Amino acid sequence: MKKGVIRPGHVQIRVLDMDAAVKHYADLMGLIETDRDDQGRVYLKAWSEVDKFSVVLREADEPGCDFMGFKVLDEEVLVQLEKDLVDYGVEVEQVRAEELKDCGRRVRFTVPSGHAFELYADKLYTGKWGLSSVNPEAWPRGLRGMKAVRFDHCLFYGPELAATYDVFVNVLGFDLVEQVLDPEGTRVAQFLTVSMKEHDVAFIHHEEKGKFHHASFHLETWDDVLRAADLITMTDTSIDIGPTRHGLTHGKTIYFFDPSGNRNEVFCGGDYFYPDHKPVTWKTEELGKAIFYHDRVLNERFMTVLT
Amino acid sequence: MGMGFHVFNRTTGGHFTCHEGQSVLKAMEQRGLKCVPVGCRGGGCGFCKIQVLEGHFECGKMSKRHAPPEAVEKGEVLACRIYPLTDLIIECPPQPAVDFAS
Ligand code: FES
Ligand SMILES: [Fe+2]
Repeated sequence: MKKGVIRPGHVQIRVLDMDAAVKHYADLMGLIETDRDDQGRVYLKAWSEVDKFSVVLREADEPGCDFMGFKVLDEEVLVQLEKDLVDYGVEVEQVRAEELKDCGRRVRFTVPSGHAFELYADKLYTGKWGLSSVNPEAWPRGLRGMKAVRFDHCLFYGPELAATYDVFVNVLGFDLVEQVLDPEGTRVAQFLTVSMKEHDVAFIHHEEKGKFHHASFHLETWDDVLRAADLITMTDTSIDIGPTRHGLTHGKTIYFFDPSGNRNEVFCGGDYFYPDHKPVTWKTEELGKAIFYHDRVLNERFMTVLT
Repeated sequence: MGMGFHVFNRTTGGHFTCHEGQSVLKAMEQRGLKCVPVGCRGGGCGFCKIQVLEGHFECGKMSKRHAPPEAVEKGEVLACRIYPLTDLIIECPPQPAVDFAS
């Protein structure tokens, strides 16, 4: 049941070398740099997003994901969800407004899988990049590289999927769209949404807490995915797998790595979700097909390489 | 000079050439050698760990978690982030078995 979380809003990614990272996310993926702060963090957005930023890069000596943020409807919802989290026994941390430039206060918490998430209600509305909100053109000119359309979702690896599910579904109002069950019926993967998208965030079971599998960006067409693959070769960027199709979500996809070893995805298509839909189940016996619909075998790198 | 450096893998007894400015992992990959698992190729995942026994090299940025300075000092490095300056002798430690989510 919807509780006022509206969509993925941002992700803060740790990188080893900022210049190389900005080149990757801006020149190759086509994100637009919108600001920098006195901590040296770089703020970027995809062109169709209406708020000021969705990706924040932070230079650190270990790559990975610091946190993923979800935008909620308004301050009232934020107050309510914060209370609901606390009542549920989740420890919350206050992050003051402007800790991220032009972003309102954030409520941060860590779920049992070991990943940090945030809720916030306000961020500077800058509108779609390069387009007017009155009689807008189809797309802005001057986009670079893959021309990523929007930051779409993240996939995380960690333990305690059931307890993590409880926080997202029971407290925050996410729905379970797809799952992978092992022969004992234990859920080893869960794809969750707050929208019509087949996932806004996903988790796969893994012993170690808090691992980052990928941040994903939406493209419009299969041709765009193929073009992204061409650009990956042209720039000698580290590829993981693709272009191919997933069984899970049925999205058409390609995976590659940023210069610090964080995995990225660009994809198009995929199934849709309405709240009356029942979860789709994949069985671990068919995990190969669930993940890579064409190869139908697991790729060791995809399952184990994490930051 | 333009010919690159000779890398001898003591674990397999094999050897390969690494061009100037090329990472050891990339040189392996280009020849289809599978001495170490190939992960992110960005110094982030720790998959491509090797031990350099002899020779000099330059290091790119590596995750401190997988290549802490003390280890790098002892030649325990990530193959995707080292660039030979001389011929090298390396060892590829056996990798722990991979456990798929099953
Ligand atoms: S392949 Fe990931 S650290 Fe070298
Ligand atoms: Fe994805």
